Amino acid sequence: MRTLDRKMLRELWRQRTQMLSIALVVATAVTTLVAMRGTYEALERGRSAYYSDFRLAHIWASVSRAPESTREALLDIPGVAAVEPRVQGFASLDLPWSDAPGQGLFVSLPERRALVNDVYVREGSVPDPLARDEVLVGELFFEANDLALGDTLVAVLGGVRRQLTIVGTGIGPDHSYVVPPGTLYPDDERYGVFWLPHKEMAASFQQDGSFNEVALRLAPGASVVPIIDAVDDVLEPYGGTGAYGREDQLSFKVLQDELNQNRTMGIVFPAVFLGVAAFLLHMVLGRLISTQRSEIGALKAVGYTDSEIGRHFLGYSVVAVAVGTALGSVAGLASGGAMVDLYATYFRFPELEYRLSARLVFIGGSVTFVAALLGGSAAVRAATTLAPAEAMRPAPPDRFARGWIERLAIVSRLSNQARFVVRNLERKPLRAAASTLGIAASVAILVVGMFMFDGVERMMSVQFQWTQREDVTVSFIEERSSAVVTSLGALPGVRRAETVRLLPVRIRSGHREVETALTGLDPNGRLRRIVDGQGREHAVPPEGVLLSSILASRLRVGAGDAVFVEDLTGHRRTARLRVRGVVDDLMGSTAYADAETVRRVSRTDTRSTLALLETETTDNEALTREVLDMPSVASVSSPSRMVENFRQQLDDSLLVAVTFLVGFASVISVAVIYNGTRIALSERGRELASLRVLGFTRSEVATLLFGEQAILTLLAIPLGWLLGHGLAALVTTAMASETYRIPLVVSSRTYTVSAGTTLVASLASAWLVRRRLDRLDLITVLKTRE
Amino acid sequence: MVGLSTHSGTSSPLLEARGISKVYVMGEVEVHALRTVDFTLFEQEAVVILGASGSGKSTLLNILGGLDRPSSGTLHFRTEELSGVTDADLTQYRREHVGFVFQMYNLIPSLTARENVALVCEISKDPMTAEHALDLVGLADRLDHFPAQLSGGEQQRVAIARAVAKRPELLLCDEPTGALDAETGKLVLEVLDHVNRETRTTTAIITHNAAIAGIGDRVIRMSSGEISDTSVNETRVGLDEVQW
Ligand SMILES: Nc1ncnc2c1ncn2[C@@H]1O[C@H](COP(=O)(O)OP(=O)(O)OP(=O)(O)O)[C@@H](O)[C@H]1O
Ligand SMILES: [Mg+2]
Repeated sequence: MRTLDRKMLRELWRQRTQMLSIALVVATAVTTLVAMRGTYEALERGRSAYYSDFRLAHIWASVSRAPESTREALLDIPGVAAVEPRVQGFASLDLPWSDAPGQGLFVSLPERRALVNDVYVREGSVPDPLARDEVLVGELFFEANDLALGDTLVAVLGGVRRQLTIVGTGIGPDHSYVVPPGTLYPDDERYGVFWLPHKEMAASFQQDGSFNEVALRLAPGASVVPIIDAVDDVLEPYGGTGAYGREDQLSFKVLQDELNQNRTMGIVFPAVFLGVAAFLLHMVLGRLISTQRSEIGALKAVGYTDSEIGRHFLGYSVVAVAVGTALGSVAGLASGGAMVDLYATYFRFPELEYRLSARLVFIGGSVTFVAALLGGSAAVRAATTLAPAEAMRPAPPDRFARGWIERLAIVSRLSNQARFVVRNLERKPLRAAASTLGIAASVAILVVGMFMFDGVERMMSVQFQWTQREDVTVSFIEERSSAVVTSLGALPGVRRAETVRLLPVRIRSGHREVETALTGLDPNGRLRRIVDGQGREHAVPPEGVLLSSILASRLRVGAGDAVFVEDLTGHRRTARLRVRGVVDDLMGSTAYADAETVRRVSRTDTRSTLALLETETTDNEALTREVLDMPSVASVSSPSRMVENFRQQLDDSLLVAVTFLVGFASVISVAVIYNGTRIALSERGRELASLRVLGFTRSEVATLLFGEQAILTLLAIPLGWLLGHGLAALVTTAMASETYRIPLVVSSRTYTVSAGTTLVASLASAWLVRRRLDRLDLITVLKTRE
Repeated sequence: MVGLSTHSGTSSPLLEARGISKVYVMGEVEVHALRTVDFTLFEQEAVVILGASGSGKSTLLNILGGLDRPSSGTLHFRTEELSGVTDADLTQYRREHVGFVFQMYNLIPSLTARENVALVCEISKDPMTAEHALDLVGLADRLDHFPAQLSGGEQQRVAIARAVAKRPELLLCDEPTGALDAETGKLVLEVLDHVNRETRTTTAIITHNAAIAGIGDRVIRMSSGEISDTSVNETRVGLDEVQW
């Protein structure tokens, strides 16, 4: 081994803590990239394979009852490649293993493989087409309830209690994300998708020779909108409620939104971390090398060439980056795997597998390496361009002058020690600024990581405390008259009942159109309100509509504009309504109107699709059972359970993310502060040792050394808050989806914790350096001439 | 014991400096470290440089050794022009021809005595072994000590071993005995003498010790950045006659 290499290894070992902290910064960046981007790629890979292998539909449509022959008419529409009619319906479930009732969406299975939305069977097999009591169970429900093949469950199908035996588990491409109707979050223990043979379904739901749902696949290149219109025309006589494309299909949309968010996070976070890591490597390696100025001079003097010296110092960067990249790949592999597993609890694909991507490792490694290279080579160049005679001399004593800070009245009243600290800072303003920025970056990362908790917390209170104030939500299969509501209000334990009408509509403005529900609210109601992200309540407009801001932006309309609202049920009339306002709400994309306005649009009498119940107690299991057994009730849910499910999902995923971020931010602040202090120690070791020899105590000397870092850290915290707030704004914009938007709320808790973590990290680094300072061998420092 | 050199001053010039000056500009102050110095080093001779502190001795030696550039004037090594060449050429010059003992030793603190010497051996054409070089300066039993574990004088001897190990054509020593007691000082000078004779190395030594002046072929005195006096030693003094 060449002596120069030995020198490098020995110095790397001597500075192992510093090197490790640098390597860890690289590792955090590589981990974030490999894990987050890798997760996105795994999901995207799983999804697209799934959608193409199992032939996800392009268009769906529901009807009341369409004869089998309609299928031919649909096939005749130009651009339609395959048509798969289905029978589907809701049923309540008796779950022998649970006190609470369950609900299921039952879907028919054709006798052959489905041409559209084919089911992937994970375990067991599909039911025998002729069997009467065999069922294929959705995998999420199956797993959430710890079921086994051969287990039985009881479903009330078309009013008849039926015992069904589980013969297999599976997933459908249009049900990779499963949520109970009227809610947004999965409730896998109580709600699932079930498949029965077509014959059974037809018999149970009175659809002999007919169907109530149809899925279509289009020929390549066919355009969706005109075909949707054509499908509507075909199905209208049979009670079609309007065909819709993938963008309006819940499972597709949620998955799409999630993937978009995921892609954004997979870009934003790694970019932030890579940027910070690059910056730190540049700064720290640069400073580390500049402390070797006189050695570089000596190497030059004895005849080493600039490139030999350059290569030698490059070694430091190579080792730090290589170690960091290796650590980052291992950590990235582990956390990427964990993140994908987490996703797999909400989204199901036949194949969902995290793979370590050599490409991502390479990108992470090379970005940090280039940064290390630039920082290192700038310092090497600075040292090699000096004549060796010059470089070998200890750096000339800095020219001190009373700078502007020192002339400030307050500083001039400070102690000598404090003045020493201020003078040192003022002498290297660029370096001080760079360190401050580095520490601020770690504060900012914490703010971004934690503000999501704040935002989601706000979102939940807006949604579940202010918007949905009922205790129980009942949704009906078909619209019901107000008499039903009256009867619900009379049930024991119900204090108050109100109704909401969700009318399926298509809203048009120019050539833009969106399929959504027109939400008809009772202006005197108390249980549903319109609340925006700021917590402000909006009154139900006496005429016209209020639009969710997402909806308004999709349609490119604002308050005062007119939109065309087409009723997709019954008579398919179109009404022209004025937009009375735009609500910056957080969940869903809704159009709100007065119940009377909805009645006028549909030209029917007052009906309702949802009943909202305020109950006397919070324990509503008995009531839920009773309501579920009533005819045409599709589902019974409670906002509090939704909150629970949401929290579950949130706690799992956010907690993981926040833990990571706190760890990463700590690594970064320790790296900046520890390295900063260590380098200051080696730069000023002689000076400090001389002071000790002159009789200064250890703590006095320590104050001189740490005072500088303390000031930088204190400056960095507010700067980091500011940066963090900016980044948070960026993230909320980038992550906004149609299902929900996280409001930009940063709580004082977030500010406190981010500052606290950084302070703890700086105390820890100070402690590490302090130990070294205490062990500082005065004689050695004064004797060696570096 | 004989003197450091037995060669006459009639051989051909190895290093020729003409009108060399060095000005350090520090803000508004100009320090004239060297003012138009003419100086020739002849093949195989040994020269002793004397002068008050701050008189420009180190500056001159650094320029002769290619560690620094003159502000004006020319420098020739044999027939090669050294003034105005690239940094890479200067590096090559130092690497191939010059052994240097620095006033500040400038050892690499993270390398042992042996490794500090080996560092130079590895880039030389015909070096001695590091062990041999350290043996010459009497440090055979300190091979694996780090600079911090050596006394000032021992560090200086490692620096000398490092300079002679490559068997340079030109050996430039900036106060090689400055930190040494009489005994060790003699040992070091013996090494330099040995090297000078064995390999016919041209040697220039800066010293404050006028008593050593007699051991060279010529003695140069510097004051205020100029050569104030050059004298040729007709009879060279033996090392054992030097009074410390
Ligand atoms: N880098 C520099 N910048 C400014 N002035 C310098 C620099 N290096 C040397 N000098 C000045 O040049 C003059 C000559 O310095 P030099 O080191 O050659 O003296 P010297 O004769 O070797 O002294 P000593 O015996 O103390 O080593 C001195 O006045 C010194 O202050
Ligand atoms: Mg000198």
